[in-house]
Amino acid sequence: MENRLIVSSSPHIRSDETISRIMLDVIIALLPATLASIYFFRFNALKLIVLSIASAVITEAVFQKARKKPVTINDLSAVVTGLLLAFNIPPSAPWWIPVVGSAFAIAIAKQFFGGLGHNFMNPALAGRAMLLASWPTIMTNWVTPGADAVSTATPLAILKVNTAASAEQVAGTLPSLFDMFIGNIGGCLGETSALLLIIGGIYLLYRKVITWRIPFTYIGTVAVMMLIFGGGFENMLYHLLAGGLILGAFFMATDYASSPVTKKGQIIYGIGAGLLTAIIRLKGGYPEGVSYSILLMNVAAPLIDKYTSPKVFGEVKQNA
Amino acid sequence: MNLKSFTFKGGIHPPQYKRYSEKAGIEKAEEPKVATIPMQQHIGAPCEPIVKVGDRVKVGQKIGEAKAFVSAPIHSSVSGIVKKISPMDTPTGSGVMCITIESDGLNEIHENVIPRGDIESLSRDEIINIIKEAGITGQGGASFPTHVKLSPPPDKKIDTVILNGAECEPYLTADHRLMLEYPEKIIYGLKALMKAVGVNKGYIGIENNKPDAINSMLKAAEKEPNIEIVSLVAKYPQGDEKRLINVVTGRVVPSGGLPMDVGVIVNNVGTACAVANAIQTGMPLVERVITVTGSAIKNPKNLLVKIGTPFKDIIAQCGGYKETPGKIIMGGPMMGLAQYTDEVPVIKGTSGILVLNEKEAKIPESNPCIRCGKCVDVCPVNLQPLFISQLSLKGKYEDTQKYHVTDCIECGSCSYICPSKRPLLESIRVAKKEIIAKRKKS
Repeated sequence: MENRLIVSSSPHIRSDETISRIMLDVIIALLPATLASIYFFRFNALKLIVLSIASAVITEAVFQKARKKPVTINDLSAVVTGLLLAFNIPPSAPWWIPVVGSAFAIAIAKQFFGGLGHNFMNPALAGRAMLLASWPTIMTNWVTPGADAVSTATPLAILKVNTAASAEQVAGTLPSLFDMFIGNIGGCLGETSALLLIIGGIYLLYRKVITWRIPFTYIGTVAVMMLIFGGGFENMLYHLLAGGLILGAFFMATDYASSPVTKKGQIIYGIGAGLLTAIIRLKGGYPEGVSYSILLMNVAAPLIDKYTSPKVFGEVKQNA
Repeated sequence: MNLKSFTFKGGIHPPQYKRYSEKAGIEKAEEPKVATIPMQQHIGAPCEPIVKVGDRVKVGQKIGEAKAFVSAPIHSSVSGIVKKISPMDTPTGSGVMCITIESDGLNEIHENVIPRGDIESLSRDEIINIIKEAGITGQGGASFPTHVKLSPPPDKKIDTVILNGAECEPYLTADHRLMLEYPEKIIYGLKALMKAVGVNKGYIGIENNKPDAINSMLKAAEKEPNIEIVSLVAKYPQGDEKRLINVVTGRVVPSGGLPMDVGVIVNNVGTACAVANAIQTGMPLVERVITVTGSAIKNPKNLLVKIGTPFKDIIAQCGGYKETPGKIIMGGPMMGLAQYTDEVPVIKGTSGILVLNEKEAKIPESNPCIRCGKCVDVCPVNLQPLFISQLSLKGKYEDTQKYHVTDCIECGSCSYICPSKRPLLESIRVAKKEIIAKRKKS
């Protein structure tokens, strides 16, 4: 009997948290928005989402097999990447767009750098950036929700054209705030419904998969910037609800591997992403700035971590 | 009564598992047939045996003499004949010199075991000497000789004594039962400790998952204006000395410092009980209350056990193993020591015997770090375990100093929370050991 006793270093109990449970939580959180995108953009959405996930998972498996490493598709991280990439492409995109994008995200952005936990930028966003640079027309061809999808512009593109105009003057072309809130607008597959994304975000906060630090500072910074420089309260609301801000703040910027681990660092990172997004949207050539802001902050994350090491308990002598 | 509960930043909420044994009143364990008493049960220098094979010894008789200042003498827990003096396996290491005594079952008390008077008539030095001669060491698990704690250098002004009744380790309930069943002994011991260091402020910190213990201690302390009961939020590692001091007094023990640096001395409630015994009856530390628990134990209990009793005998008294044991731990699941065998004896620092079944004992497979930062969030000392571990695993021990590796209190919260089940604390320990060894060399 004695020989079978296990002897190991303490602690002897572990929490029931696992990587796959965390990834499953992210998938659950994305589910409402996924269903909404299928409702708004019909079969096209379903097709693109399935292809994107399949491409991500297969790429991961093939890559790991080829390198004779254990295949870890069961941890569900590739599914999350595939789903997020699908969320970032327009519903009108041809079938091969998500396939190429997910393959790039997994192979180049994730596996080339060492796999799970070692990607220095968010793989799904890296995939989107590559697609946007390679096929800009396809990636910015927006359609209205519904069965008879017709070409439209995104609210941000409308705001961009009418930079000088106030919200009332462009009200004829801008969708109502309510439509934007529930997602009945043109845009990428998963970014349209602010409401459902927020519900998913709350679920992640409740499950403690993410903390308030990155999403709240990110969205808060954009809100403040738009209130001051973006033309008032209503324009600010448009900016918060439009584009990928909610999706990016809750689901993309919070990617563990490419965001800081320190508490202070996460706040700086969130504010930085918010500033960049606001600057790109107000002054840049693009109507949308979320992807590039997050990617830029991803690259800065190790540096932020380095300079925000928390003060160790008792580091400064104190006499009470 | 409802007290406001206080706590520290960070920490974890592991499942409590206290229900196994929290309702079981303290029972006296059976007399061991053979007691194996190690000469090193404490932090510090080992003791020299002062008896020979064939000698007859009595309960409470000193059998190991402490030669160094940081050490504590060792006494026989049984009456009987010394059978063997040889190196044996103990819970804290193998090849430790042990005195094996065959009990005659008579429990004859040694003539030196006599009441020492009362707190009022004893001087500070007398109390410290009684504690020293009784071989009392910290009962929380670390086993630091208590008299050393009570003798700070003259430049450290002590103004507060805190008793640790947090018992934040899951499973363990020995301190809980002590507070329910012997509250007046704990108060007596605390008053003796307060007198020994010349302070008139004493606190007892208890986690709020033991409301009955809080009430029991409040009642016992009713007539003691200098003693305050502090309710603590049930969170691990609330019972860590520096967390406790911070919560109770608001003071921060400087990095690398000791509680005495902020004028505080912390002792376990079990230690206070041992001090009360040593003064009231003169009996040195020869027995203690331990929790025998875990999924693989048939009838979990809280037992008053004689030092030197083999784990095996105690487990047998708790109905034996319910299922095949996977892991036997001395202490709690967060900081306890896994044992190679159940033949080791109970020592002064044994707060519990925890037996996990094979399923619970299985070491989880370790996955890549996903940088979720949960270890950073929970670290009570504000370390960044993931980075220290990464460096340690690469053998870059020197570099871990930049991340304050030596401030780690080894509570294990990081390893507990890690979703990738990485050996965070294990690798941090390695780095810490390497660095301390190097510092000693130079």
